[in-house]
Order: sequence, then C-alpha cells, then structure tokens
Amino acid sequence: MAKMLMKGNEAIGEGAIRAGCRYFFGYPITPQSELPHYLAKKMPEVGGLYLQAESETASINMVFGAAGAGARVMTSSSGPGISLMQEGISYLAGAELPCVIVNIIRGGPGLGNIAPAQSDYFQAVKGGGHGDYRLIVLAPASVQEIIDLMGDAFDLADKYRNPVMLMGDGVLGQMMEPVELAGEKEITIPKKPWASTGRMGRKDKRLISSLQIVPENCEKHNIKLFEKYAVAGQNEQRWEEYCLEDAELVLVAFGTAARICKAVVDTCRAEGRAVGLLRPVTLWPFPVKAFEKTIATAKRYLSVEMSMGQMVEDVRLAVNGRRPVSFYGRVGGMLPVARDIYNEVQKLLARGKA
Amino acid sequence: MEKVFTRPNSLKDMPMHYCPGCTHGIVHRLVAEVIDEMDMFDRAIAVASVGCSVFAYEYFYCDAYQASHGRAPAVATGIKRVLPDRLVFTYQGDGDLASIGTGEVVHAAARGEKFTAIYINNAIYGMTGGQMAPTSLMGQVTITTPYGRDRENNGFPVRMSEMLALLDGSAYVTRVSVHSPASVGKAKKAIRKAFEVQMAGLGFSIVEVLSSCPTNWGLPPLKALKWLEENMIPYYPLGELKIAAEVV
Ligand SMILES: Cc1ncc(C[n+]2csc(CCOP(=O)(O)OP(=O)(O)O)c2C)c(N)n1
Ligand code: SF4
Repeated sequence: MAKMLMKGNEAIGEGAIRAGCRYFFGYPITPQSELPHYLAKKMPEVGGLYLQAESETASINMVFGAAGAGARVMTSSSGPGISLMQEGISYLAGAELPCVIVNIIRGGPGLGNIAPAQSDYFQAVKGGGHGDYRLIVLAPASVQEIIDLMGDAFDLADKYRNPVMLMGDGVLGQMMEPVELAGEKEITIPKKPWASTGRMGRKDKRLISSLQIVPENCEKHNIKLFEKYAVAGQNEQRWEEYCLEDAELVLVAFGTAARICKAVVDTCRAEGRAVGLLRPVTLWPFPVKAFEKTIATAKRYLSVEMSMGQMVEDVRLAVNGRRPVSFYGRVGGMLPVARDIYNEVQKLLARGKA
Repeated sequence: MEKVFTRPNSLKDMPMHYCPGCTHGIVHRLVAEVIDEMDMFDRAIAVASVGCSVFAYEYFYCDAYQASHGRAPAVATGIKRVLPDRLVFTYQGDGDLASIGTGEVVHAAARGEKFTAIYINNAIYGMTGGQMAPTSLMGQVTITTPYGRDRENNGFPVRMSEMLALLDGSAYVTRVSVHSPASVGKAKKAIRKAFEVQMAGLGFSIVEVLSSCPTNWGLPPLKALKWLEENMIPYYPLGELKIAAEVV
C-alpha cells in the first residue's frame, strides 16, 4: 500500500485511470485545471487519450460518442462549462450512456469567480438539462475519498447506464493530503451488449439515440428510466455519520462545508453539547435513510452550505415537517468560518431551550 | 431475368419519410451503395443529426447514433477515437453543420479527425418549416425572410466548404450536386473518394451535396432541381476544393 501526497484534482485523474478510464475530453477552466494537466501527461503513458476539445459543448458530445462506443470516458469542468454541457447531459441520460462528469464548483452566477462554492447543487441534483432525468451525484470531502469514489463513479455509471457527476470545489481540488493507493488491481469493466461499434458480423443493429418520436413510447421510456432511478434511489444512498448517536442538533453538510462543520461538532462536544454531523456522500440519491436514523434524537437540523441555501430544500423534504430546519451559508467563493457556524449553533441551541 | 438495379444492402427496406422529390433519399442511396461497394457494411457507423434527416439512422442499416443539433462531428470524434478502424460518417443539414454546429465541424476538420461529413446544403431549414439557413441565397424568400434575404439584416450566405478547405487538417473537401443524372454519378464518386481518404487515415473529409427542398422552396420537384442548378451552383461552385497531397 503506497502512501503519497496528492492534490485533489490530481487524485481525480489518478482515480479515473485506476478505474480503467482511458478517454478524457475537456476544455480548460479554473479551478479544475490540475486534473486535465495530470491526465494530459498520464493518459498517453497508459495508452489512453487526453483530448482538448474546442468547447464544453463539444467535450460532452465527444463523451457521448465514446460512451456509445463502449469506452470508460469522462469529462471535467466548472460552473460555466457544466452549464454549457447541459443539453449533452440530458442526451446522455436519455440515451442511457454511462460516463463520469466532474464539476469543481466555483462562485456564480455568471462568470462569478474562481473561488470555491457549492452553488451548483440544484443544477446537479434537480436536472440542469431539459426533460425528466437524474444524475447520480457524488460529493467527496477528502483527497482519499476522491480516489475511492472515482472507482465507484465509473462502476455506478456502468451499473445504471447513466451519467454520474462527481462534485467538488476549489478547496478540495487544490488541497494536498496524504492518500493511500491500493496496489493496481484488475479492473473488470462490464460487458456492454448495447454499445454501437459497427456490426462486425453481428446480426442486430445497434442504435445510440435519445429520440422517442411517438409520445406513447417516450412516456414508456421515461417510466423505464424512473424505475431505474427508483432502484438507484433505494440502493445507492451513502452518507457519513459523525457524533450522531445522541445528537439533538444535527448539522447537515457535504464536501468542504462538512469538513468545517466537523471542527464545530468537536468544539461543541468538548463543551458537552449534543451536536453531530450528517454528511451526505451521495447528493442524489439524497440519503433520506440517514435522516430516519437521526430523527428520534434530533430536535433540529441545520444545513450548512457554500450557497444561498440549496441542499436545505432536500433536508426539509427528508425531515418532512417533523423538526425545524435552519440554514446557514456563505456564498460567492466565501467559506463558512467555524466560529460563525458555532455561533449559529449556539443561537439554535438557546432557541431549543426557550 | 438478371437483376440490374436493386436496393443496396446498407439501406433498410422501408418507406422513407422524406417529401416527394426531396433529394435526401438520393444521397442516402449513394452513401449506402458506396458502403456496399467498398464492402464496409460491417465497419460502418452512421451519425445522424437534427434536421429532416434525423431518422437517417433508421435507413442506414449499419450501427448508428443520433447526435444533438450541430454536434455530430463531436460525437463522431468520440466514436472514431475509440474505434479507429471503423468507417464513421456524419449526415448533417446546413442548419446543423453551417449554423449551430459551425464550431464542431471547424475544429473536427482542424484536428484532422478521420471521419467523413456528408453535408446536405439545401439553402433552408427543412424540418422546422422553411426558415432562413446560413446558406440561404441573397434575396431568397423564406418564411423568416418574407421580403428576401438582405445584407443589412442577414448578411451573406456561408460557403462552408471553402472555409474548411483552408484548414490543414482537411484532407478532402468537395462540393457536388444531385440535380441531374450526371451530377448524381459524380456525387457518388466523391463520396467514395472521401471514404477512401478516411480509411487511409489521411484526415478530415467532407462532401457537400447541393440538395433540393421542394416543400419549403414552394416548387414542384423538377422546378426545384432547375432552381438549384440556376441559383445555387453559381454561388456554390461544384468541384474539389481540397485534395491533400497524400490523396492519389
Ligand atoms: C438545440 C436545438 N435548437 C433547435 C432545434 C430545432 N431544429 C430542429 S431541425 C432544425 C433545422 C434543421 O435544418 P437543416 O440542418 O438545414 O436540415 P434540413 O431539415 O433542412 O434537412 C432546427 C433548428 C433543435 N432540435 N435543437
Ligand atoms: S422539408 Fe425539404 S428537406 Fe425536408 S424532407 Fe421535405 S423536401 Fe426534404
């Protein structure tokens, strides 16, 4: 087991290569740049392809072609580029093509800035593109978790024949942490008996398409997709529990915001306050099962985000009116500070007493 | 009795949805004949685009893809990079290739992507009901240029092939037409040459086919072909625009 220091963005690249991904199509944008830089160097070493596309629109459609041909393929970008990809992502979901899309979120809206944010949550979990579809959305909170989740991302994409999005932010992307790299293991990429590769003697014709011109068929297709999403929704919820056993105040946060919240929980616990953290690892499916586990002790939930309050809507849906849900956030590239979250927690705890 | 004319194997036996007199069907047939004659059916992959030819994937009997509007060259890039020994071609209209998808085709050509674009230039948007295309001629009346295309408002028609021929990555760029039996014969030769250039790995190839849209031009089929010959060819001259040195 080799231990080494790695930047988050590089870990995404290393994790992808270790997962057997050999095709990357992307367009430069900060703050995910270290990832393409890493893959531009590494892909040729493993017989893979790094291709700089002319735009994110082109990137995502190159992903469409490569995924249809049966390859493990990925792209990566940040807010503005991910916005440009939305039509393509909708086509990928419609045509049921597996791929991994990385969004290292920056401050928005518009050109915003290149500082870390989580304000693309709605875009990732509620659609973003047109039509009814879902992405599986993963939110790592450490460099180690990035490496581990990249393998899962490709496996989930293949399992459900669906695009998977890995969401991070500039802090996660740029920070260096020690990671343990498991020895190179055999990668088993599942057979893709639907890939359109040229007939090569095959009897049946294969078509990669999202077009369903007959309304009856289009409805059936939607229903079939949602049956698939229902299975994923049940089976793929992931989260981390931190000091939740007896928590009366449950902080809910993902990614970088969750790391800061952990420090707040530690401070509160040292003072003997029953505060814990529920960290969603899958943002879709949202880990509603975790809420059921906490609801018995919880008196109140606080969603802490690097946005104006997006995930808090899913927290409210999961809690479903049984407890009050509050929100605290910083936005536009500003990080929530532990001290401020702590003060918010104090306020809420005092309110609980009154 | 000996059969002297039959449907090419690469074309599925089914009615096409094109309007009577539309030349899309002729071009489909030419592509299918060339695939058959080159014995490439098993390795051919068609990438249909968005336009009247959106269902081209149904007619070409080989494996196929349906790409989003304008992005067929990017989809073809992804396919061909994964499967470099296949015959990959896009089939795109002029709205698709010369308007919304200008960026994708220009950069596929610049990179010298080894696929072939079959580019149907009918000087109009067929599928959406006859709006002006970037290729509509000066003065041409369309539903969105009811007073004729004018330079103040709409600028000038785009000669895509001339632009693409300038790029070092294009190995073969040609413009043909299908308004007469003789031109159809030439069009078929051009498609064959483009496919050969692709399979020789020489770079990007494109065959622009001047085509008719009787429905949205508001002309009966024969008059439409005459209109093509008299109006389109003078602005879009036929012939090979680029043949890379390696092409014999
Ligand atoms: C993103 C997007 N914008 C617009 C459309 C609507 N649309 C469908 S076909 C088409 C024009 C096609 O014209 P052309 O490429 O010239 O092909 P033709 O129908 O003439 O064969 C348009 C604008 C679409 N499907 N997707
Ligand atoms: S609308 Fe025009 S291009 Fe479309 S099928 Fe009819 S004639 Fe052909």
